[in-house]
Amino acid sequence: MCLCIPSQIVEIHPEDSTVTVDTLGVRRRISTHLIEDPLNMGDYLLIHVGFAISKINEQEALKSLEEYRLLLAEMDEEEARALFI
Amino acid sequence: MIELKDLSQGFRNPELMQSLSQRIHQLSAQLSESVKIMEVCGGHTHTIMKYGLNQLLPRNIEFIHGPGCPVCIMPKERIDHAIELAMLPEVILVTLGDMIRVPGSKGTLAQCRAKGGDVRPVYDPLDALEIAKQNPDRKVVFFAIGFETTTPMTAVLLELAEKQNVANLYFHINHVLVPPAVDAVMADGAAKVTAFIGPSHVSAITGSDIYQPIVDCYHTPVVVSGFEPVDVMQSILMIVEQKVQGIAKLEVQYTRVVTAKGNQAAQQKVASMFTLRPHFRWRGLGDIPLSSLVLSEQYRHRDAEIVFADALSDQAIEDHKACQCADILRGLAKPNQCRVFGRGCTPTKPMGSCMVSSEGACNAYYRYAGLAFDLDLTKEATTGKASINRAKTEKEITA
Ligand code: SF4
Repeated sequence: MCLCIPSQIVEIHPEDSTVTVDTLGVRRRISTHLIEDPLNMGDYLLIHVGFAISKINEQEALKSLEEYRLLLAEMDEEEARALFI
Repeated sequence: MIELKDLSQGFRNPELMQSLSQRIHQLSAQLSESVKIMEVCGGHTHTIMKYGLNQLLPRNIEFIHGPGCPVCIMPKERIDHAIELAMLPEVILVTLGDMIRVPGSKGTLAQCRAKGGDVRPVYDPLDALEIAKQNPDRKVVFFAIGFETTTPMTAVLLELAEKQNVANLYFHINHVLVPPAVDAVMADGAAKVTAFIGPSHVSAITGSDIYQPIVDCYHTPVVVSGFEPVDVMQSILMIVEQKVQGIAKLEVQYTRVVTAKGNQAAQQKVASMFTLRPHFRWRGLGDIPLSSLVLSEQYRHRDAEIVFADALSDQAIEDHKACQCADILRGLAKPNQCRVFGRGCTPTKPMGSCMVSSEGACNAYYRYAGLAFDLDLTKEATTGKASINRAKTEKEITA
């Protein structure tokens, strides 16, 4: 399901236009081919099937993340995993 | 009036939900006609069912589930194509998630794999590129599905294959467009939709402006909404406010992600690699002209429908008679009105793709109907009308 958890950039790999993001503690490498704006460490992105599809403003991202953290605490493992797909 | 900034207090904050619900009740009392809101995107269907939002609304506001799940709207003949391709010894078929469990007329891709077809589900389209590189002596076909959200990813995959000279990667394109489907539902008229909740991620790519023609043509409000329960409730309030004022306009509730013009880099990539396909037959909606995409002329050498034309059948195939997906996708029926819902058709033994897909309406009803059952204060329970039967768990059914 396409939920919208902000993912934060923790590594930038310009050689293949990817970045490593942290989504509530889960790290993965995703493509940034669809983002034209310059990307910096710490920026927040919205991810869909392995691609960043838009940048999210930091203030909005932090508010959302807090909500998702609370949510995650209520969920079972399967539901939580589904959030990251 | 609740300010947008209040939303940040909590996507699921019960007090906020309650006050949105109250405001919607108060306002809608002023309406002489009921509001039928179609949520186009399957993600919204799930939010509505999971959090029982329909039970927080007054009786004159009704949700109608729409054709916004990419797996659900795939006609059987396209799935047959995927199976026919996967059965070719030289082909590796790569596709996203749920697709492998959707039945075509020759079974599912999962069954095809059991018979020896090389089918590989992936979560990231770019994995297809790696598979092609690792298997230079095979032909890798990416069975591309999805609305405007996923088309740019297929475009990037194609771009990289071209740049890196990965010649053995082909594409079977099933990318469809939201506005023509919405237009088809409205032009048909039978669903009597009077407002739309616009999709979230599609709109992040396309921008909200793509819905303006729908607003202008049918005088229907469109509010682009986020996925969280509070997002959806806020969007309903925005729709009801428009109805009370007797206006119809395009609004964006999901401003934290969606802009009017969307992700232009993504749009440019799509425009440079795809063109409109003259016709595409949608499951449930039938043929809709100019409603899907195909690779543009210069990439035809990678178009699996051309390269493997000899292996592909060419016949429209209808759904199982008992399956009511067609009516559900056109907003004419609810999943629990289907005779086989929860009995002959369950997520582990699905008859139609609306039950297979995690974004499908039947799947959402099946998974979350327990919620409606538990809450005794539902309008359905009190009126005795259109009650949502709690789907039995599969264990109970088979026991
Ligand atoms: S419950 Fe199953 S058979 Fe009935 S409409 Fe849904 S998918 Fe089709």
